[in-house]
Amino acid sequence: MYSEKVMEHFRNPRNVGEIPDADGVGEVGNPKCGDIMKMYLKIEDGIIKDVKFKTFGCGSAIASSSMATEMVKGKSIDEAMKVTNKSVAESLDGLPPIKMHCSVLAEQAIKAALLDYSNKNNIYIDGLEDFDPTEDPHDHH
Amino acid sequence: MKNYIYMDNSATTPVKKEVLDEMIPYFIENYGNPSSIYSLGSKSKNAVESARDKVAKVLGAKSSEIFFTGGGSESDNWAIKGIAFANKNKGNHIITTKIEHHGVLHTCEYLERKGFKVTYLDVDEYGMIDINDLKNSITDETILITIMFANNEIGTIQPIKEIGEIAKEKGIYFHTDAVQAVGHVKIDVNELNIDLLSLSAHKFYGPKGIGALYIRRGVKLDSLIEGGAQERSRRAGTENVPGIVGLGKAIELAYENIDENNEKLITLRERLIKKVFDSIDYVRLNGHPTKRLPGNVSFCFKFIEGESLLLSLDMEGIAGSSGSACTSGSLDPSHVLLAIGLPHEIAHGSLRLSLGDFNTKEEIDYVVEKLTEIVQRLRDMSPLYEKAKEEK
Repeated sequence: MYSEKVMEHFRNPRNVGEIPDADGVGEVGNPKCGDIMKMYLKIEDGIIKDVKFKTFGCGSAIASSSMATEMVKGKSIDEAMKVTNKSVAESLDGLPPIKMHCSVLAEQAIKAALLDYSNKNNIYIDGLEDFDPTEDPHDHH
Repeated sequence: MKNYIYMDNSATTPVKKEVLDEMIPYFIENYGNPSSIYSLGSKSKNAVESARDKVAKVLGAKSSEIFFTGGGSESDNWAIKGIAFANKNKGNHIITTKIEHHGVLHTCEYLERKGFKVTYLDVDEYGMIDINDLKNSITDETILITIMFANNEIGTIQPIKEIGEIAKEKGIYFHTDAVQAVGHVKIDVNELNIDLLSLSAHKFYGPKGIGALYIRRGVKLDSLIEGGAQERSRRAGTENVPGIVGLGKAIELAYENIDENNEKLITLRERLIKKVFDSIDYVRLNGHPTKRLPGNVSFCFKFIEGESLLLSLDMEGIAGSSGSACTSGSLDPSHVLLAIGLPHEIAHGSLRLSLGDFNTKEEIDYVVEKLTEIVQRLRDMSPLYEKAKEEK
């Protein structure tokens, strides 16, 4: 059902945990749908120095979170903003169609954490104007 | 990796060696068509009739009341559609429950689209129907009550005798989907006033793709499959002779030592439940504590999701299943777990371990050990667990 890459990230997820003094925290999804992702970012001089996640969800939700943290770690905010659900899914060698919303959640979790950082620090981030962290990723099927 | 541990016996079971041995000759040597008049055909015919006798004996039925089908779903479809279409001049109302297998639920939904009215009875927190609800749902239009014998997900066994009595008293046909019960629970169709009963061989160490429908003599129902005169002209199609032979042998074996077997299974089941409750917190047992299938265990683990639990178990060589339909193409949690009143987020964390004849005490202990580690690992990853700890 899943690619080897998904299973590998599920078996050994990267960057699991919390950052107590995170600069931005984003939480998306809801328990009713069976998936919640929480993303913590440590940002210095516009660079994502550290990232951690916690996820309640299926195998592909955990793998998507793990992959997304790898894709933004050490990157600039602008580069992190370029991570999309498609690029997360592609990096995992694809997801089953019914699981595509997991990669959407991963993209949203990063953006939600960046939005939190942007609001707390009054820093404008290009591309977050229309972002709505409460949008239902299941509509993206 | 250790040997594979199979705890999904409610999904299907392996074919027992003794069963396969009886089937083999009917593939190669005794391949005759049971409808042919020469001796090769008669051999097949005799094998089919001998299997029919075995099924009838187990259910306390007459051999002429047993009809072979392609499995549980066909039996359910035949019973429900057959009764509905043959009795629509008497009424158009059917009573069932919210926790039936989809073989029954989707058939009832189909009939609703054809103009029939269906009442879906609620169940309590254990998955048990309320007999008074059933009584109150009966109208002058009611032609069929179809209620499962035992639930496939949570194992709860319904008060079949009481349902049968009510149906008999009111002159309404009573069908029961006994796919999970046959081979595991003693059933006498006369004592329980059952008019139609569905069963499937692969749930009790027989082959897949073969089942039967018990139809009480005198019950009026349409055929589902039209064609030749097989099965007393009620179910057309050349008989699946090896499958029927396998079903016959499997049902005979299942009831040979049923009391002993069940005692062993219940001991294993209770060991599993107790050990899980001793080693893992935030867990609930789904289904009735005692009125349940001997081999069924169903849990919900809070703060984690069923599919990641199953994948993790599989990595340890353990096969179980989730009540959540996540893996079967739907993202909604199980209709059964929602019907017993569980909120969505808890229903998502379900695990069914169904035990069978080949499971051992050692396997139970190994599974609990691994399960404890896995649940903790997934909870350590879960933001919901983090919140619960903070609130504590």
